[in-house]
Amino acid sequence: MNMVNLTIDGIKVNVPSSYTILEAARHAGIKIPTLCFLKGVNEVGACRICLVEVVGGRSLVASCVNPVAEGMEVMTNSPRVRATRRSTLELILSDHNKDCLACIRNGNCELQNLCELYAIRENRFQGVRSPSIIDSKSASIIRDSSKCILCGRCVAACQKQEIGVLSFLNRGFNTSVGPAFDISMADAPCIYCGQCIIACPVGALHEREEIELVWAAIHDPEKHVVVQVAPAVRAAIGEEFGLPIGTRSTGKMFAALRRLGFDKVYDTNFGADLTIMEEGTELLNRIKNGGKLPMITSCSPGWIRFAEFYYPDFLDNLSTCKSPHQMEGAIIKTYYAQRKGIDPKNIYVVSVMPCTSKKTEAAREEMINEKTGLRDVDAVLTTRELARMIKQAGIDFVKLPDEGPDMDMMGEYTGAAVIFGATGGVMEAALRTVADILEEDDLPEFEYTTVRGVDQGIKEAEIVVAGLKIRVAVAHSTAAARKLLDAIRAGTVPEYHFIEIMGCSGGCVCGGGQPQVSASDLMDIDLRTLRAQALYEEDSLMTKRKSHKNADVEALYKNFLGEPNGHLSHELLHTHYRAREIYPDSVLDE
Amino acid sequence: MAIIVKTLTQDEKKQKLAEVLSQHGAEGRQGLIQVLQEAQNIYGYLPLEVQREIAFGLGVSVAEVYGVVSFYSFFSTKPKGEYMISVCLGTACYVKGAQAILEKVETELGIKSGECTDDMKFSINPCRCIGACGLAPVMMINDDVYGRLTADKIPAILAKYKEA
Ligand code: SF4
Ligand code: SF4
Ligand code: SF4
Ligand code: FES
Ligand code: FES
Repeated sequence: MNMVNLTIDGIKVNVPSSYTILEAARHAGIKIPTLCFLKGVNEVGACRICLVEVVGGRSLVASCVNPVAEGMEVMTNSPRVRATRRSTLELILSDHNKDCLACIRNGNCELQNLCELYAIRENRFQGVRSPSIIDSKSASIIRDSSKCILCGRCVAACQKQEIGVLSFLNRGFNTSVGPAFDISMADAPCIYCGQCIIACPVGALHEREEIELVWAAIHDPEKHVVVQVAPAVRAAIGEEFGLPIGTRSTGKMFAALRRLGFDKVYDTNFGADLTIMEEGTELLNRIKNGGKLPMITSCSPGWIRFAEFYYPDFLDNLSTCKSPHQMEGAIIKTYYAQRKGIDPKNIYVVSVMPCTSKKTEAAREEMINEKTGLRDVDAVLTTRELARMIKQAGIDFVKLPDEGPDMDMMGEYTGAAVIFGATGGVMEAALRTVADILEEDDLPEFEYTTVRGVDQGIKEAEIVVAGLKIRVAVAHSTAAARKLLDAIRAGTVPEYHFIEIMGCSGGCVCGGGQPQVSASDLMDIDLRTLRAQALYEEDSLMTKRKSHKNADVEALYKNFLGEPNGHLSHELLHTHYRAREIYPDSVLDE
Repeated sequence: MAIIVKTLTQDEKKQKLAEVLSQHGAEGRQGLIQVLQEAQNIYGYLPLEVQREIAFGLGVSVAEVYGVVSFYSFFSTKPKGEYMISVCLGTACYVKGAQAILEKVETELGIKSGECTDDMKFSINPCRCIGACGLAPVMMINDDVYGRLTADKIPAILAKYKEA
């Protein structure tokens, strides 16, 4: 590696020549402020907040995009730098809705933090403000242009997903960021993955909050409120309470849910084990009976919307299985309701999810029970919303004891379910079960590590069980999905039997509903790997690590469903999809 | 430009756009500005459906196409009339009462600035200094320049084009 020597604020540093000044400064223990910079996503040098002075240079340079050079002398905190950064910040603020008190990012906003850092004590530039547009038409995402600082991070994040719903629009003072033709995100071909929310440094993009609905249900004596929580949530919720990234907070999470006053606390992992029973059976049936292959997983509603909009020719390849929390919701309102003697009308199911797309999924008409007219899931909270509720309730999360889910009827879960939250997890869980079924054995080797990890967007493996060769592929992020599906269309990849696709890079652990990590903290870590480790750790600690070993799931089949893919399963646990037109005339004509 | 607008049927326009797209399709993003210009020559402006077709044809996102269209004032998303009325709102004209001229044109034609009459005959666009400040306030109808305007002169000027 080519190394160069330079000094930053008088400190000598020796760094690779590929480093930017920003990276070199970090190396020297100096934190240069940034706003538009988001490593690997948006590296465009647009906001000018990261300016530094290079001795001998005429103008200040943006440290996030300018590389180091031998002998360079950099000043990151000279009077000129300080004054310029301050005015840049003040100019951003001059067209900003400074209503921090009522803002969803209050206390967790990169702009607010900079104002604190630079001791902005007055509104120096006051003038005309851009019109404020609040787009709240979708069930998942709300956009508030009055908070937008035009950093472009969301535009880049959506482009990285290779979806491209957002763009810079108009120019000069009228510049804004939003969907084409200034339509609502609900009318754009947006999959609600929420990667734009994760990228946004301020409160301009956020989830539609359902916290008040959930509080109301909890305090309604008529309602029996059942909460279920997805695997990925435990891998990240600790971050909201100052715990290090990658902390596994399973026990505290369950304790917190119980203290919030839910009547029943379950883990969506039960639904994940159930999903494996249904999906594994579906796969074997398709292989045996010449059904449509490759079969593609259907757990990620972001991916489902992506397929419906952009790859409708693959809809028959999708497993008909509902996603785990929808299955679990459907079972709670039937089997659980019957056994507990509760009228399903009075049951309120809350899913805590790492995902913003699940909010829209839960509202789909396909997710309403045809007989009762009831939704499988009544409210979906993101990990961030759950953290807010815990804070509102005054619960000291870090001091909570470790607890587990309620252990009656639907409490058990296996390690196979836990890893659903990481890319490759659903595939691995399915293989653990499918291999045992085919071999009619309890195989001692069941860790399929080739499908784990984030180094590649697409992972492939071929396994031989009971003489049957099964070729599988795993794709995470819609960009990777696009690449894989294009290759399948073109016939340039082998014929796979089974494919796992997750809408978000890294899988659900980095879903759009997870805690936002600042661009500065993201410079040194791979969030996807750290959070996934928490899940693989939990898996390794479980005594049962294969979905078909779940005794509660077994009992569910024995006492209620009959067999996997049976009649009742189809009614409650399976669904169908529909092609969606992108930018249809009806939207353009509005 | 105006002539093409008049003579091509919708189907012919579609056909022409398809030709342009097949010619530039492989260029992707690089071909965008060129294709938008040619499409605007065909249609006289860039209807949203046309922007959508261009995005699909070049394999770029619709949002990106609209981003470019809305950035350059050269591109228009509103139809242009056979006669384009540009009322100068530059400083000299503004001082001499251009706003009243613009308002008079708007009321005479029953459309707002940026819009086009239903018969596609007139559209109004405000513009910046056209370099005839000595004649302020000024307006142009296609290539004809009218200076030292007062609001009461407007009906007679428009009448000439209405009959044409
Ligand atoms: S986006 Fe940040 S600075 Fe703006 S109102 Fe919200 S918290 Fe305050
Ligand atoms: S939710 Fe996903 S698809 Fe929609 S705008 Fe954001 S990044 Fe793009
Ligand atoms: S919405 Fe957020 S991420 Fe997107 S440009 Fe505005 S401030 Fe940046
Ligand atoms: S220009 Fe460097 S962070 Fe924006
Ligand atoms: S300002 Fe109108 S022509 Fe110069």
